[in-house]
Amino acid sequence: MQTRTEIGFDSKIEGDVIHTRLDAAINWFRKNSLWPMPMGLACCAIELMAAGASRFDIARFGSEVMRFSPRQSDVMIVAGTVTYKMALAVKRIYDQMAEPKWVIAMGACASTGGMYRSYSVLQGVDHILPVDVYVAGCPPRPEALLDALIKLQNKVAKEPVLSTQKKVPA
Amino acid sequence: MTALELAQKLKGKFGDMLAEPVEFRGEITLKLADAGRIVEVCSFAKSELGFDFLVDITSLDNYGDDPRWTIVYHLYGIGHRCHVRLKTDVSEEGSEISTVTGVWRTADWHEREIYDMMGIRFRGHPDLRRILMWEGYPYFPLRKDFPLAGKPTDLPEVAFTRPAPLEGGPFVTVAGGKDTIAREPRVRIPEN
Repeated sequence: MQTRTEIGFDSKIEGDVIHTRLDAAINWFRKNSLWPMPMGLACCAIELMAAGASRFDIARFGSEVMRFSPRQSDVMIVAGTVTYKMALAVKRIYDQMAEPKWVIAMGACASTGGMYRSYSVLQGVDHILPVDVYVAGCPPRPEALLDALIKLQNKVAKEPVLSTQKKVPA
Repeated sequence: MTALELAQKLKGKFGDMLAEPVEFRGEITLKLADAGRIVEVCSFAKSELGFDFLVDITSLDNYGDDPRWTIVYHLYGIGHRCHVRLKTDVSEEGSEISTVTGVWRTADWHEREIYDMMGIRFRGHPDLRRILMWEGYPYFPLRKDFPLAGKPTDLPEVAFTRPAPLEGGPFVTVAGGKDTIAREPRVRIPEN
């Protein structure tokens, strides 16, 4: 015998209706289709490609659609050494991405400049972009990137959507 | 024909302009006394001695010595498979040498890189712009008097640089140390 609870989904009563909070629903949609902008700048990009290929299969987490257009992507994965010459181009691409948008700094170089303490390398992409998740490693293995993606998904799931939504001016 | 014989031929043609070929670990190096005749020597090496492939051009900063710059040409012949290295000194005053793009077109980018990193100009170069750093960057970063951490610059809308935190570095690796502790990268202050 089924017991009927106060809250919950009962298809006999409610038909095909599910009760939830709008915040939770939107976040659930968002977090399971984070389309990456693959900002592959150095050897980390090879591991990023491995994460996208069959063995590690980033599609299991809904992020297989690598978008080379900033207009269509949600999360920029900065994979590699950001030189000063490239820095403003990275910033510009980030600026062109539509809200909401997130950034994963993949590897030591993107996080801190890595082993390049030199005149030509930006000492961490967080100097120009707001980074959500940092991934250690030189380069990190694909599992580490997937872990970062899961961490980002958890972060996205907790974000207040409606209260931070930009209001259309009346 | 061996590389040494080819080098001797080059020396035979230009006489006192070239020093005796020096062999070190199977590699032949020739030193050209007058940098002004580099094009002449290179054209002869290409047309008569079959050095049809310019592997690279590099430059040295002998900081504190005069002349300050040394330009190094690495020549190779695909026909005879011999390498010869050609060196010549350039003083800091002019910091200029003739281009060899007329001999090997590939010299174009090699010379641009030297111009970019060392600030040595190439007379007659078809397109002497920076190749790695951006136009407007004010320094030549591979010079010995340029700090490893870099210097701050700002070129709005193009690029900027900030000095890198060295945290007591640069960290120096020592080859041939007796154990890992002696070899691994550490802060090592020069003894002088």
